[in-house]
Amino acid sequence: MIRDYFNIAWKSVTRRGIRSWLTMLGIFIGIAAVVSLISLGAGLKLAVAQQFNILGAERITIQAKGIGGGPPGLNVANPLTDDDLKVIQRVRGVDIAAGRLIVPATVVVNNEIYNTYIGSTPKNKDEKEWINEISNLDIEFGRELKSTDKNKITIGNDYHTKKSFGKNLNLGDSIEINGQNFEIVGIHEKKGAFTVDGVIAMNEEVMRELFNEPTDYSIVAVKASDTKEMDETVERINKALRKERNLDEGKEDFTTQTSVQSLNSISQTLDIVTILLSGIAAISLFVGGIGIMNTMYTAVLERQADIGIMKAIGGKNKDIFMMFFIESGFLGLAGGIIGILLGIGIGKFVEFIGTVALGSNLLKASFSPELLIGALLFSFIVGAAAGTLPALGAAKMNPVDALRD
Amino acid sequence: MKNIIELKDVWKTYDMGEMKVHALRGLNLEVKKGEFLAIMGPSGSGKSTAMNMVGCLDVPTTGHIFLDGKDISEMGESELAQIRGKKIGFIFQKFNLLTSMTAKENVMLPLTFQNLSRSEREELAEQALKMVELGDRMYHTPNELSGGQQQRVAIARALANTPDVILADEPTGALDSKTGSSVLDFLRELHETRGTTIVMVTHDEKVAHKADRIAYLKDGMVVNSLDEDTTKKIEIQNKEMQKNEA
Repeated sequence: MIRDYFNIAWKSVTRRGIRSWLTMLGIFIGIAAVVSLISLGAGLKLAVAQQFNILGAERITIQAKGIGGGPPGLNVANPLTDDDLKVIQRVRGVDIAAGRLIVPATVVVNNEIYNTYIGSTPKNKDEKEWINEISNLDIEFGRELKSTDKNKITIGNDYHTKKSFGKNLNLGDSIEINGQNFEIVGIHEKKGAFTVDGVIAMNEEVMRELFNEPTDYSIVAVKASDTKEMDETVERINKALRKERNLDEGKEDFTTQTSVQSLNSISQTLDIVTILLSGIAAISLFVGGIGIMNTMYTAVLERQADIGIMKAIGGKNKDIFMMFFIESGFLGLAGGIIGILLGIGIGKFVEFIGTVALGSNLLKASFSPELLIGALLFSFIVGAAAGTLPALGAAKMNPVDALRD
Repeated sequence: MKNIIELKDVWKTYDMGEMKVHALRGLNLEVKKGEFLAIMGPSGSGKSTAMNMVGCLDVPTTGHIFLDGKDISEMGESELAQIRGKKIGFIFQKFNLLTSMTAKENVMLPLTFQNLSRSEREELAEQALKMVELGDRMYHTPNELSGGQQQRVAIARALANTPDVILADEPTGALDSKTGSSVLDFLRELHETRGTTIVMVTHDEKVAHKADRIAYLKDGMVVNSLDEDTTKKIEIQNKEMQKNEA
């Protein structure tokens, strides 16, 4: 029976030809927009999660509370210091705690002045490895900084391939930072993120002298010894720091975050943006639904005689209702299928543009089965809902009136 | 013989705002099982309304209609639809086939509403179409068939689920006289060979005389015969219709 309804619906849809396509257009656009936006949002979330995964679940970061933008540790009211670091290192549950100083710097290359950021590398070997790990820093060419290096730096991949300083820098090249010459001894692997590819690394001691920054840290990264006790370790760090900095509970001028917490807060923001954009796109679905409703009302009028005939030869109200209901649901579903294909196309296109034009692999479209099935189901529901009233009208038609021309 | 259809004091009143129009005024009519009855009358005599009542398409304002002993005047929509599909086969003046479907699909449609399986439906539809000598036209749409062929498809559709009664509303009205008479011959043959009960509405005396018995209708009531004035009126109407068609 259902199959027969489908046959009748299919015939009616194909007979209307171009009008059926126009009816489905609203659904195409709506579903395509929703699918591409959600997939890109999900892709972005996934990419962020992957970046965080590199850092690992055992990571806790401590930062002074900021009063402005910029990289961590800049524009803060009361920066973290080497004393704070020592306190943190003594906290139970802390395996390694390493501080990193990040400062803005002026660089002179070929007599041109550029602005960039310099990140410090700790002297201690374990701490250095830990900082390199959380900074996602690997050497592609040359070597890492040695603790004895004075006028040596390693640079992000962008300076080697993207002419960020007017020309591509190579191993052995020298650049002037804050009036002092530094030789490039290593080039980092490309990671696709600005925070890795745009960084310049320098030994901490050298940096402190160069920038006249004897004690401060921009960020302290902790490697916890037990990932099952993250919350407890965080609490102990907070307590120790409050004591060191003479602060009451609740009045902290620093933040302590595990990587899970940071990921959650970023994910939430991305979710809100995705939902907002999809909501706007869904307006088009609503309009598409009204389009289907209009078409179905016309179809009921056009086929009034058919309805009369079907009733005369034994068609029940229920049969007539199902015929029109399935037809409009079918319109929604077909629109949804094409919309999904379009949405996947748009998502992949944006991803392609992102990779080629921006050189970023962060913009990846991710199409989960839930998204595709959900979109399909939703488009059917929009179609069916739009067809309910017209189908009821058709079902309730008096056969004698319907047969009369 | 048993009565298969019985109309007892049936009134049908249409409310046209302030005016009340009585399409039927206490109509009494009996149709015996296996009978071929023609209902004849001028336009507005109520014959189409009577036909709709017998065909369970409409219910009377007052009075009773018995189909095979069951009172249908107080049945609900779904029950009426069930009876229409099972016991009654309709043939209309304008064939009333679904133009988007092939001849076979049109014949299968009433069987679909009876929840028959697809293979059963196909078999019955093929049988019915072969019976009306359209075995070679099963996959043609109505637009690809002549008027006479379309009416035969409609007859096949009416016969497909072996109904108790065939109701034919001006079955030759849209056909030329030659095709019309072949359709009538076919109905006659059906009646004689299979004993199918046929109720045919017409305003054409010649057509009406193909039936066993004629019930004359005037002003919503059965009369013994039509008076001269009415007969003349019908003749004038027929001529006008022929003119319009030409």
